[in-house]
Amino acid sequence: MENLDPSYSGDGMYREHIMDHYKNPHNKGTLDDADLTRTEKNPLCGDVITISLKLENKKVSEVKFEGRGCAISQAAASMITDEVKGKNVDEIENMTREDVVNMLGIEIGPVRTKCATLGLVAVKEAIKN
Amino acid sequence: MISLIKECNNMLQTTMVLNVNKIRTDFPILQKKINGKNLVYLDNAATAQKPSQVIKAITDFYENYNANIHRSIHQLGEDSTRLYEEAHKKTSDFINAGFEELIFTKSTTESLNLLAYSLANKINKGDEIVVTEMEHHSNFVPWQQLAKRNKATFKVIKVDKDGLLDEESIKQNITSKTKIVSLTHISNVLGTINDISKITKIAHESDALCVVDAAQSVPHMEVDVKRLGCDFLAFSGHKMLGPTGIGALYGKKEHLESMDPFLYGGEMIKDVTINDSQWNDLPWKFEAGTGNIAQAIGLGAAIDYLKKVGMENIMQHSTDITNYAYEKISLINDVKIYGPKPKNRANLISFNVKGVHAHDTSAILDGEGVAVRAGHHCAMPLSKVLGVDATARASFYLYNTKEEVDTLVSAIEKVKRVFT
Repeated sequence: MENLDPSYSGDGMYREHIMDHYKNPHNKGTLDDADLTRTEKNPLCGDVITISLKLENKKVSEVKFEGRGCAISQAAASMITDEVKGKNVDEIENMTREDVVNMLGIEIGPVRTKCATLGLVAVKEAIKN
Repeated sequence: MISLIKECNNMLQTTMVLNVNKIRTDFPILQKKINGKNLVYLDNAATAQKPSQVIKAITDFYENYNANIHRSIHQLGEDSTRLYEEAHKKTSDFINAGFEELIFTKSTTESLNLLAYSLANKINKGDEIVVTEMEHHSNFVPWQQLAKRNKATFKVIKVDKDGLLDEESIKQNITSKTKIVSLTHISNVLGTINDISKITKIAHESDALCVVDAAQSVPHMEVDVKRLGCDFLAFSGHKMLGPTGIGALYGKKEHLESMDPFLYGGEMIKDVTINDSQWNDLPWKFEAGTGNIAQAIGLGAAIDYLKKVGMENIMQHSTDITNYAYEKISLINDVKIYGPKPKNRANLISFNVKGVHAHDTSAILDGEGVAVRAGHHCAMPLSKVLGVDATARASFYLYNTKEEVDTLVSAIEKVKRVFT
């Protein structure tokens, strides 16, 4: 119990690339002619992410997100949209929390996992239907 | 000259209310380092830390007295029953209730749900149940759902711009059709202290029952149910230095006698035949099954501790620390404080740093060893009124110091640096 990873919190979480994505998010907005949209909420802190995307031959051709919430949720959603563009739906379905942790480059505690993975969950739920 | 003497007296009073350094040595967890920094625990409204006296009482029970209560006719059974009933007595005395008027539950939430179920047959179509906008979900949802089930009208008293209950809205919402008025004593988000005696009088003029969520007040101030006049009052052990898993419900004897039990099972029974059953005497009628015996005894030890320090001293100390924090945080640019001015405020301050989500604030404070809560604090209807998704909340208790407030303030400054 003494050796819990200290990187769960503190200003060390807010590394430059995370703050860059938070302040200047990639793929922000909505697609008017989206094939699929999905909104996910995190009741714990009120984070909201809406994903809209277009599919071509089972591949994500365009993707955008709208949302509000903590820096971790919004930065992770921005990174996720970059990541899934061009991927096919099977690849996306296999993406996990670990992929998000790798993108963020920081360890995420169990409480904050919901924030970090909200964008990924929204994408996966969108393509599931 | 007189004002100088007064000021000296005030200073003397604030420094001598209680011996914080000595108190801190009783709480082992306060020695812990968080991210290499001293722990500054300011999340007391969520749960309080435990003194070694409470931890030892629980260990001592398991090591020396563990047995089921009210049934085992052997030495350990006698000992555990005596200890459990002593804890019952300490808890009912603590709020000036009669022994039969206090039921142990697992939490405030369970106490309020017990009420919402056991009072259900007194609520008919067209009756009104009244709560307020500043309720925790645990004192909102059970009543909202009861109203739905019984086709009653669910009404909500408004909060004004100063974070107080709106006087007009109180008058408008409590009417001759009102059967239950349920409200919090202290708001867990705004820190507002509500005038329970006054609202109870208004409720009683309409022949309505008054229920009080005292989860935040019983740990911090003298609560006397006779003086408040309320019909029911619920609180939790873990916010008042006790363990989790133990809470209480006070109810006036005449009400508890006329109510149906919430849980059926062992120990709440006097007689069972094929066709019917008779309930045990109060308070056991409402304590079905094996309760949280060790936790009840731990709560008893917590009450001993609080009484030794003195509830008046604890209230005074928390008020001093909160006023100091309010003044300091108010001076930081781009920080908004929610809720009333210090005059009507208990031991907590909810705030936001402009442009920063409360979760990010909380994470950066944690890096400085400062533990606060962030979120909607289980009061989503109030978040809507305030127009925010989340707030950060610092809440103080008997072991907190002004130096810790200074650490909080410099950590908030750090939040601003990281996010600009």
